[in-house]
Amino acid sequence: MQTTVESRHYFVPEPSHWPIIGSLALFCMGLGAAFAINEMPVGSFVLAAGVALLVWMLFGWFGDVIREGLRGLYHAQEDMSFRWGMGWFIFSEVMFFGALFGALFYVRVISLPELGNMQHKLLYPEFVPSWPLVSGPGIQATYEAMQAWGLPAINTLILLTSGATVTWAHWGMLRGHRRVLSNGLLLTVILGVVFLTLQMWEYSHALHELNLTLASGAYGMTFYMLTGFHGLHVLLGTLILAVVWLRVRRGHFDERHHFAFEAAAWYWHFVDVVWLMLFVFVYWL
Amino acid sequence: MAIADTAGHAPHTGKPTGLGRWLFATNHKDIGSLYLWFSFIMFLTGGVMALAIRLELFSPGLQFWQPELFNQLVTLHGLIMIFGAIMPAFNGLANWMLPLMIGAPDMAFARMNNWSFWLLPPAALLLLLSFFVPGGAAASGWTMYAPLSTQMGMGMDMTIFAIHILGVSSIMGAINIIVTVLNLRAPGLTLMKMPMFAWASLITAYLIIAVMPVLAGAVTMVLTDRHFGTHFFNAAGGGDPVMYQHVFWFFGHPEVYIMALPAFGIISQVIPTFSRKRLFGYTSMVYATASIAILSFMVWAHHMFTTGMPATAQLFFMYATMLIAVPTGVKVFNWVATMWQGSLTFETPMLFAIGFICLFTIGGLSGVILSVAAVDTQLQDTYYVVAHFHYVLVAGALFSLFSAVYYWFPKMTGRMYSERLGKLHFWWSMVWFNVTFFPMHFLGLAGMPRRIPDYALQFTDFNSLATIGAFCFGLGQLIVLYNLLISLRRGPPAVEHPWEGAQTLEWRIPTPAPYHSFVEAPEVDADDNGVIHAVRGGTHH
Ligand code: HEM
Ligand SMILES: [Cu+2]
Repeated sequence: MQTTVESRHYFVPEPSHWPIIGSLALFCMGLGAAFAINEMPVGSFVLAAGVALLVWMLFGWFGDVIREGLRGLYHAQEDMSFRWGMGWFIFSEVMFFGALFGALFYVRVISLPELGNMQHKLLYPEFVPSWPLVSGPGIQATYEAMQAWGLPAINTLILLTSGATVTWAHWGMLRGHRRVLSNGLLLTVILGVVFLTLQMWEYSHALHELNLTLASGAYGMTFYMLTGFHGLHVLLGTLILAVVWLRVRRGHFDERHHFAFEAAAWYWHFVDVVWLMLFVFVYWL
Repeated sequence: MAIADTAGHAPHTGKPTGLGRWLFATNHKDIGSLYLWFSFIMFLTGGVMALAIRLELFSPGLQFWQPELFNQLVTLHGLIMIFGAIMPAFNGLANWMLPLMIGAPDMAFARMNNWSFWLLPPAALLLLLSFFVPGGAAASGWTMYAPLSTQMGMGMDMTIFAIHILGVSSIMGAINIIVTVLNLRAPGLTLMKMPMFAWASLITAYLIIAVMPVLAGAVTMVLTDRHFGTHFFNAAGGGDPVMYQHVFWFFGHPEVYIMALPAFGIISQVIPTFSRKRLFGYTSMVYATASIAILSFMVWAHHMFTTGMPATAQLFFMYATMLIAVPTGVKVFNWVATMWQGSLTFETPMLFAIGFICLFTIGGLSGVILSVAAVDTQLQDTYYVVAHFHYVLVAGALFSLFSAVYYWFPKMTGRMYSERLGKLHFWWSMVWFNVTFFPMHFLGLAGMPRRIPDYALQFTDFNSLATIGAFCFGLGQLIVLYNLLISLRRGPPAVEHPWEGAQTLEWRIPTPAPYHSFVEAPEVDADDNGVIHAVRGGTHH
């Protein structure tokens, strides 16, 4: 009886002040960023204030959610909502990367060959439609492209391993092996941090030794935009996993209630798959 | 455990009061009202811009605005109407009605729902403030084509960030709708019995999640081209301005269905009610909606016939576009067949619904004409296109919204609107809408380009006529504002069942809808299009 009554009540939260703080934060960030990139006064200050507000809001909001979870307010139906929600959120991320990958393919398959064809010989006599692209009136400085089989290959291994460790942690969660769970998560977080460190190192190598920048034409822009947005997602994923690890250490979650863990794991796998695409289409081919 | 439980579910006694009720709202009805009022304000704001445009076009020559400001007005009119008026209005209606129609206690993520709404005013503010920064607002047209958008002043940056925020808002709103529909339906209300409005909202939400991130990607590339040295849309570095159009319209065409499918959903509820018949061909309606959504991803380059695409690509996009006319035709057929031999009455919602069917069909047909690549070469970027999309957006999306607001007003407020004023509003809008926009077909066919503040003398008569029509149309919208405001305060109390033909779940609960409806999920015995035979359980307070 108790369970049927419970499952008939869907949890609806009390009024909350966090969303409006989040809105204020994004407003400050938008306005501040617009002012900052146009070298207007106070822009960066407003931007920083917006970021601080957003961080505060995230702590507060997720704090509320975690407390509600601990109070046992979420049941099977709520859990299902969270799962659908996370799935669709990841789908939106896939589409965002889709736009950037679309730009990469468009440049490589359509615009470069066209710029190098006979019709354009008059405009750009020197243009060679090679990939990585090295010539073009807008490309001011010479640069070298990244090699796939150095750091990027190591990074691929790291991310793939981290996909395995998070699955190991999941296995621990499902069987109630808290040690496995905690260690698996910690390992995953460490691998994420190592990946990010290597990525920073790679960027500094690219900037200082290869002279590769965002302004290095079609190759540089797609390289940095794709790997950059991916890197941001790894950063986010690592933070989420770290929070989940801390929660595991505090004894949160059990075999049945661990949506936060699964969401983090899904996100991590998504970031993993994006990297594989990057490795193939940005670094390798 | 049990104690904590009751604490969490404690019937929220009474409503929150004061400003906090709106700022911190987690109630779908409050948030729905916020959405609706916000979108109405944006409709008036965008409308004033439209009138400013029409004012300048009353006669040839430059009278009121410099071309720069004129372009800014055109751009902001488009952006505000699409992202500020139409999309939020549909989201607001979904917020208000979906939980009532499918027997859910609220939206699936009530707190996130609040954030989806409250991100809109900051984004609108960014857009409007951009008029006052050096260089003024974005003047690239709502499509923000590169290389125009990669060159403008900081108003463009504010527009880009506004679009990012609007994207976050609508994606969260869409996730909420999808999860609510998929996970919170009352037992007994299966997917293939759900009201068409729920289907339309579900599929629209899917489209939003699929394409808003792509728009975000497009404007992000514009941003980096502007400030960080990339060459996405600049051939000098290996990019291509035409690529912008591809990415944009991959978003843009599904976007027009984001503004059309919910309208179809509303019409599919209103027509059966006032025809006192079941919706004809419910299953085919569901499949038509789904196939329109899928096809909408395969037609984007019909906006780009003049960019020098290969002939094969032109043919592909032309035929794919024409294909969409098939499921759309199925819908129109089904609505007409629903009315066939029904016992029709013509209350305001029904009038707007019938007006919708007539005028949307005109807009759909001019769309088929535009889809012919050879014809579009002539008509692209002329007033013919302006006429076309206002038939589908104003007489389509907007009329369906009016229909919906009149239809559900008694359920929302517990009061009746003035039928006399409603009918006046309809006929007034119907007449002046056509006076405004029908001549634009002729202007376009005769070669008048869109987005210009001045024109050749031979276009004067039709332009003056359109301007007179626009001002009258605009004035007429004060009728609905007045009607709603006065009826909210002094309208006669609505009866429990104002429309005897209405058979969906929202009409089975008290009027006005209790602040917390379906705190406990009801069990329903349902039929096609959400028709309810019996309800068991389901408490409100
Ligand atoms: C009050 C009724 C309205 C009037 C009189 C009106 C009038 C106009 C005019 C004169 C233009 C400029 C055409 C040009 O110079 O190219 C325009 C553009 C546009 N309108 Fe409206 N409009 C109205 C309502 C709406 C609504 C409800 C929508 C809904 C989405 C809408 C969407 C657009 C769009 C997308 C554009 C294109 C903007 C651009 O070229 O970038 N309009 N409208
Ligand atoms: Cu289209």
